[in-house]
Amino acid sequence: MDIMKIIRALRLKELVLPLGAIFLGLLVGAIMILWIGKNPLFAYASLFYGAFGDLNSIANTLARATPLILTGLAVAFAFRCGLFNIGVEGQLLVGGLSAAYVGTVLNGLPLIVHLPLTILSAMVASAIWAAIPGILKAKRGVHEVINTIMMNFIAYALVAFVITGPLKAPGQIPKSADILETAQLIRLSEFAQWSTSRLNTGILIALLACIVIYYLLWKTTIGYEIRAVGLNPFAAEYGGISVNRNIILAMVISGMIAGLAGAERVIGFHGSFILGFSPGYGFEGIAVALLGKNHPVGVILAAILFGTLSSGGRWMAFNTGVPTELVTVLQAVIIFFVAAEQIVAWFFRSKKKTRQVT
Amino acid sequence: MRPVEPVLQMENITKRFPAVVANDDVSFDLLPGEIHALVGENGAGKSTLMNILFGILTPDSGKIKYKSEQVKIESPNHAIKIGIGMVHQHFKLVPPLTITENIVLGSEPKAGLTFDKAKAYSEVSALAKQYGFNIDPKAKVADISVGMQQRVEILKTLYRGAQVIILDEPTAVLTPQETREMFVIMRSLVAQNKSIVFITHKLNEVMETANRATVMRRGKIVGTVNISETSTAQLAEMMVGRQVLLDIKKGSAKPGENVLNVVSIFANDDRKLKAVKNVTFDVREGEILGIAGVEGNGQNELVEVLTGLRKPTSGHVFLSGKEITGRSARVIKDEKVGYIPEDRHKRGLELDFSISENLILGVHSKPPFAKGIVIDYDQVAKYADTLIEKYDIRTPSAEVKANSLSGGNQQKTVLARELEVDPILLVASQPTRGLDIGAIEFVHTQIIKQRDAGKAVLLISAELQEIMGLSDRIAVMYEGNIVAVLDAKDATEEKLGLLMAGVFDAPKEAT
Repeated sequence: MDIMKIIRALRLKELVLPLGAIFLGLLVGAIMILWIGKNPLFAYASLFYGAFGDLNSIANTLARATPLILTGLAVAFAFRCGLFNIGVEGQLLVGGLSAAYVGTVLNGLPLIVHLPLTILSAMVASAIWAAIPGILKAKRGVHEVINTIMMNFIAYALVAFVITGPLKAPGQIPKSADILETAQLIRLSEFAQWSTSRLNTGILIALLACIVIYYLLWKTTIGYEIRAVGLNPFAAEYGGISVNRNIILAMVISGMIAGLAGAERVIGFHGSFILGFSPGYGFEGIAVALLGKNHPVGVILAAILFGTLSSGGRWMAFNTGVPTELVTVLQAVIIFFVAAEQIVAWFFRSKKKTRQVT
Repeated sequence: MRPVEPVLQMENITKRFPAVVANDDVSFDLLPGEIHALVGENGAGKSTLMNILFGILTPDSGKIKYKSEQVKIESPNHAIKIGIGMVHQHFKLVPPLTITENIVLGSEPKAGLTFDKAKAYSEVSALAKQYGFNIDPKAKVADISVGMQQRVEILKTLYRGAQVIILDEPTAVLTPQETREMFVIMRSLVAQNKSIVFITHKLNEVMETANRATVMRRGKIVGTVNISETSTAQLAEMMVGRQVLLDIKKGSAKPGENVLNVVSIFANDDRKLKAVKNVTFDVREGEILGIAGVEGNGQNELVEVLTGLRKPTSGHVFLSGKEITGRSARVIKDEKVGYIPEDRHKRGLELDFSISENLILGVHSKPPFAKGIVIDYDQVAKYADTLIEKYDIRTPSAEVKANSLSGGNQQKTVLARELEVDPILLVASQPTRGLDIGAIEFVHTQIIKQRDAGKAVLLISAELQEIMGLSDRIAVMYEGNIVAVLDAKDATEEKLGLLMAGVFDAPKEAT
């Protein structure tokens, strides 16, 4: 009985669906591995070993998860206000670009000024990028999905122009100059001899962002209003809450989080803006938010899962010959099952039900 | 009448849902040519029983006999096939199609492979004539009145050969006159040996039309009575399980200063069509002004203008002499206007918020609940517990979501929130819609209490009984205009009904 109480207190029930989806995802993945004539248990063991086998691989897994925590959080936050921010990818790029500019151009500032300024510039740039669709939605009723997608394309073009043009460092590779030391996030490898990982203090920023957003959503009037608008804009309006103001605000805050993700990659992980550095972190963030049920804690867990799949996938391919594309398939199947929540619910409930009726 | 063999018998029906027994050993029978009322509060199990009869649900145990033969009704199509028809509360019609097309839809007469329109028209005309329905078979459903649409629904069941017709709260959407016409139709149907199950919670309608009434409470049958041997009070007591005050008791009004002045307000609806046209009225301290009218005659838009949810196109609204025209909902709320919205699910509550979070909606950013931007949830919890006690909101805790409460308790939550700010004006729009008798009584008492405390009350309701029982003055709205303001003493159901239907100077005396 006591165990039941603890389970309820931990809200483990909320975990049933995502975990069920992951389980079904791995099951489908296993069938596919069998189909190409490999051993699924060996493949999954390799994947797990690749992600968590030693301290360095754990660090790499967390480094891969860092931007996903932030992009997932950005999507989740907007979603709490009923907004589907598909533009996190573009916001991330513009934020990264702004960080690259401030981080390379402003010479001679002390770290204590330069680093925060660089991060702030990324947040501001992304916030503006996200505010545009927010304002269009609030004032003109243009759907944010369409708008944010369009803003992504503009961001791609803008970034390509700036990084191959004005901000391009000399050399073959289209990238910015290296970020000045006063604007860089410290990497693990800089003080741990055993590590070659590019995991950096950005992960602390990401976790801090989750705490701040949790507090904002559930302990403040701002969060109260944003959630009210997200759940039922008519009741919110009736309660004297400005729907339009909150739509814009939610997009701005969502953009700021996306900006942090861009900054972490540019001034932490890579140390410069390399054109095409994002394999679609913003879009993966949508999946992370979905799997994490739009909750900061869920987002952290989902981001780590996706980080695990990505970083362990390479070792799996190397070790067992199962192609890394399987990882993409796994992610897709898991998301499919999360989206089709009903299927999972049915799968796990049907047993219980038959027992109840008879 | 007694020795007649019942056309339908439902015996010992039991239906369990995960948390409740919706029908517990329920038996019900229907004689040929009778109107049998099925009454009970919300959640009493009426709909479950009828959904079982119409094949939407299957019972866990019990049997159904139709024309003395045991049947297992598997689907609505099966029910229709054996002669059971149902008219739902929300019509299932296709507006761009004609009446005839709607009636034959799904079982169209065919000429070869094509739809035989001419045959359909003649069949529908003949059918309408047989049962005395006054309809134009070629009119589009989109263009006809609600009462007419209901007749189309009934014809639909007759066209498919229904012997038993289930009417689910058929009068909820009708004016008094339309209701009366509906009763005429019902009587002509039973005169031709059809049987009707009449689901309702309006007891006076039961007394007026039915032969027998079966009362349900909490999934069980309380009893079946002959109408000639019962009274409204007895039925009400059977429904609720205790004596109820059917008549609203209130003292005379002591009106004071004007609180609300509405001057020549015009407003558009969501489709930008004129919905409120030159409306002028005022409400004084210590009085209840009722606005009667068939729904959709601009009441909604008017209320939204008064509460800041809609901008008027012209005109003025004054609250205690201060102009509040076109101000935001927040400003108007701060000026102490309490508002019970018509749709508590859409407007009144954040259904996925907890009760306590709902109770601070609108005052959430004010002390003592908020300090700066931080909400003091301890304060909120304390406040919620006080209100739950004071307004008798039945909930396991203040932290459960609003959507887990019954309709009555949801409305009490709205009421608690709106009255606790001590409004000078209370706007109550359809405040008892969908509530059971007990909750209606509670809401009415609270509204009268507000009036007696010297508040101005604006009551908008489509229920004439409610308007007449509560109001001190009654305004009637028709097509966006206020067509008359009467003293409550001078208002009769007849008079209001005609005004609501847009008949202003009928020379004919009311009968």
